[in-house]
Amino acid sequence: MREAFSRLISEIRSGKFVYTGEIAPGKTTRVETLIESAKALGRHVVACNVTDNPRARANMSSLAASIAVQERAGVEAICQMTARDRNRIALTSDLLGASALGVRNVLVMSGDHPSLGDNPSAMPVYDLDSAQMVELVRRMVDDGTDLAGNRIDGEVRIHVGVTGNPNADPLEVEIAKLERKAQLGAEFIQTQAVFDIEVAERFLEAVDGFGIPVLIGILPCRSSRIAEQIAKNVPGIRVPEEYLGMLRGAEDLNDQASVEERVDLMNEEYFSGMVSELRRTARLAGVHIMGVAYGRIVGRIADGVERKMSCRVR
Amino acid sequence: MIITKKKPFETINESIKPFKRVFIVGCGTCSTVCQTGGEAQAKELAERIGGKCAGYAVVESPCDMRVLRRDLAPKRAEVDSADAIVALCCGAGAQSTADFTGKTIIPGLDTLFIGKIERIGSFYERCRACTDCIILETGGICPYSRCAKGLLNGPCGGQVQGKCEVGGYQRDCAWVLAYNALKKQERLDVFKKYRPPADRSRKPQEIVTR
Repeated sequence: MREAFSRLISEIRSGKFVYTGEIAPGKTTRVETLIESAKALGRHVVACNVTDNPRARANMSSLAASIAVQERAGVEAICQMTARDRNRIALTSDLLGASALGVRNVLVMSGDHPSLGDNPSAMPVYDLDSAQMVELVRRMVDDGTDLAGNRIDGEVRIHVGVTGNPNADPLEVEIAKLERKAQLGAEFIQTQAVFDIEVAERFLEAVDGFGIPVLIGILPCRSSRIAEQIAKNVPGIRVPEEYLGMLRGAEDLNDQASVEERVDLMNEEYFSGMVSELRRTARLAGVHIMGVAYGRIVGRIADGVERKMSCRVR
Repeated sequence: MIITKKKPFETINESIKPFKRVFIVGCGTCSTVCQTGGEAQAKELAERIGGKCAGYAVVESPCDMRVLRRDLAPKRAEVDSADAIVALCCGAGAQSTADFTGKTIIPGLDTLFIGKIERIGSFYERCRACTDCIILETGGICPYSRCAKGLLNGPCGGQVQGKCEVGGYQRDCAWVLAYNALKKQERLDVFKKYRPPADRSRKPQEIVTR
């Protein structure tokens, strides 16, 4: 087995159930908010994803933000890297920089198409795709060369993860694609948000034979309005009516303070129940908790899962 | 076929302003089929330009220097009298016409893509001239021209029920099409095969057989 360079991979290998969070650098030169969010998340997660211009909006670089998060918040980063904006020269270059400055995890993906973003006339690069990015990292780490075989001075110490979408329809194509990435040497999978335990179970069963740890993605929503927007605007995610109904039920109060508490409690119960159930029935390495300005829920869900698991053991 | 679309007349009219006389060259092949640079369109443009127009000719294939020489020979006087040419053909035809006549070329069309024609008005991009055709491995579907990201190991996360998010879920996802085609052909092992990075260096190409 390859050496573990990061806390994320060490803990997964030790059999510990891991939690990861996510922060999204904005179109800003200010890093303080990011650091505060990372510090708050860091109390509950082993590592934190730093997004790479999601929805193709030109924001602060994920690599720069990852380094800031590690150095100033003391939280391990999972630096997301898309193939959208950089050719193989730039990607190799960023991976060298990442390794040199202590970034130990990257999550590779093709990246949302520029036409969906805030600079829609930008050239879509996609010189490599996400599978080829896995090969790039493997060559750099395992062989000490770039894709063209040119030698690298010094070791590259990076783990490479890939994304998967349990909601994908048709799912069989998604699974075939993940099998290809697993064979190439991807080291972990973080998934798109899942709200439905059966969707997660079906996915986990399908990828079980690939021998690659899976972190199921969840996306607790702090209001029914946000959940509805996600259901409407992110077609790759399925938000069940049951979840929406529970959110609306929790919001059905005049007192804003207690609405917030009821929504938090509902999310804590819903997702910690789902995750602990999945831990019981499937092989699951961890959970990736995303959220739209909802950092406070991360600790509650993580604690909720651990509480439920310890009750079960007793 | 090379699919083209007409530039607005106002744009062409603005472009011809600095010139005293212009000659129109149409294309008897692709642009005729697209109804952008055939006999009817060349004639119509000549009429709209009016007195400044020295005449027009629809060259069978203006991208071929030999055919240009043959088809423009009967119009030599009109071509010579013009100080600019409006080209109703693709970029290749327009540049060949420039080379042949030595005159300023005003493009009258925009070149869109190499495509399939279903009927007039229904054109589908099918080839990017990538120089290394792999459609045997993809169920006959070209990922360079039909996947918005040109991925070689797709699909990406942007497909829903086989439709591509680019353009609002109207077009089919090339990789779901490829998967289904290969499944039907009982060749899914080909789909699962990893396709390494392609040579995308794409230098300007010239073939000269000596």
